[in-house]
Amino acid sequence: MSESGVQIDVARIRAGAVGGRPAAATAASARPSLDEAAVRDALAEVMDPELPMLSVVDLGIVHRVDVAADGGPIRVEILPTFVGCPALELIKRSIAERLAAFGRPVEVEATFEIPWTSERISPAGRGALLAAGIAPPGPDSAGLAVGGLIDLEPRVPCPHCGSRRTTLENVFGPTQCRTIRYCADCRQPFEAIKPV
Amino acid sequence: MSAVAAPPTTALAELLRSMADDEFVIGFSDSEWTGIAPLLEEDVAMSSLAQDELGHAAALYGLLAELIGTDADADALAYDREPTDFRHCRLLDHGRGDWAMTIARRFLYDTADVVRLEALEGGSWPPLADLVAKLVREERYHRMHAGAWLDRLARSEGEARDRLLAALAELGPDAGTVFSPLPGEPALLEAGILAGPMAELEARWRGAIGPTFANLDLSMPPPVHDPARGRLDHGEPFRWLWGEFTSVRRSDAGATW
Repeated sequence: MSESGVQIDVARIRAGAVGGRPAAATAASARPSLDEAAVRDALAEVMDPELPMLSVVDLGIVHRVDVAADGGPIRVEILPTFVGCPALELIKRSIAERLAAFGRPVEVEATFEIPWTSERISPAGRGALLAAGIAPPGPDSAGLAVGGLIDLEPRVPCPHCGSRRTTLENVFGPTQCRTIRYCADCRQPFEAIKPV
Repeated sequence: MSAVAAPPTTALAELLRSMADDEFVIGFSDSEWTGIAPLLEEDVAMSSLAQDELGHAAALYGLLAELIGTDADADALAYDREPTDFRHCRLLDHGRGDWAMTIARRFLYDTADVVRLEALEGGSWPPLADLVAKLVREERYHRMHAGAWLDRLARSEGEARDRLLAALAELGPDAGTVFSPLPGEPALLEAGILAGPMAELEARWRGAIGPTFANLDLSMPPPVHDPARGRLDHGEPFRWLWGEFTSVRRSDAGATW
């Protein structure tokens, strides 16, 4: 269970301002300056293991990035897409490995401080999903979030032919974040991101 | 971050244990359908549901481990306790049963669980309130699944409906045990962690499922006999399940992946 276990840092310290930029390079630092933007650029190269066409940035799971002044640690907080996401530990490791290139200590933590929602997937991420044959979450998810149960039934366009004559075959799919649908026009089953 | 008042630890630990054990036991029971569900689609669905529930249990056990501050981590809490130390509700103590039993159990549990979660959303202890906000979004899909199947079985004629009626007759008397009173309930209410007493939540749940049961011509679950023991006295089906889910852990204590 430790693979999917999410430890919540109860005594999370939020004192530091987010994205503070070091005023000057320290002697110990190999790089003259490192800021939040550079870290986020690096995170854009870390792909999700279950949706490998999406970076963690496009998936919208990067919450807080904090670069300590004085060559101190890089802290990244990520939002699990699902509470029991089995890829979480792998994602944390991938992020830590990529950021190790900056030559500083790296801390990666998961938090539920705000819930990840499928609305957080970026426009570029939606395009990448579509190109891979996976329907991105539609605007229907807003209705679902309000409390409708069957609202995701209509209007999820087929990623292959664009038809809107698609039906929900299974609320559950090959991963926690996907559902299975069927297109009545091109007669193909397809996966769609589960609106949450 | 402003200082958060210290939560009533003992009462909160009891709440977390009851919720985590519920999710763990129903998740593990659901996982037994992997490979043998009546339809391939349901094989996928039950496996995914089980993964969700075990993930919820892991997160809740993680909170519990941090709260009580012992060496026990989420794995130890799930796998290293004796059967008598579990506090899941008796509704989940009837063995996997057939498909109708599984659907009846899921419907009764999921509809009750959401009432409980809604009473915890926005509570005063941020680690739990934050997690609950996320759980609520996922549980919506579980209710959709259980509701669709309950409808399908109840509207069938012959064996499917008969089996559903038999399952509800067996599970019904224990359905309300999700809302068994907790030892530290007054402290949870006073601290603003829980929005209402369990008895009140149970009434809310009965009101919520009433129309569905009426539409499908099903008898409402009767009141629980001896609610104070609703999370105790786990019988033989749970001892069997416990043997299953601890077998790997017991075969090589301390092993890691």
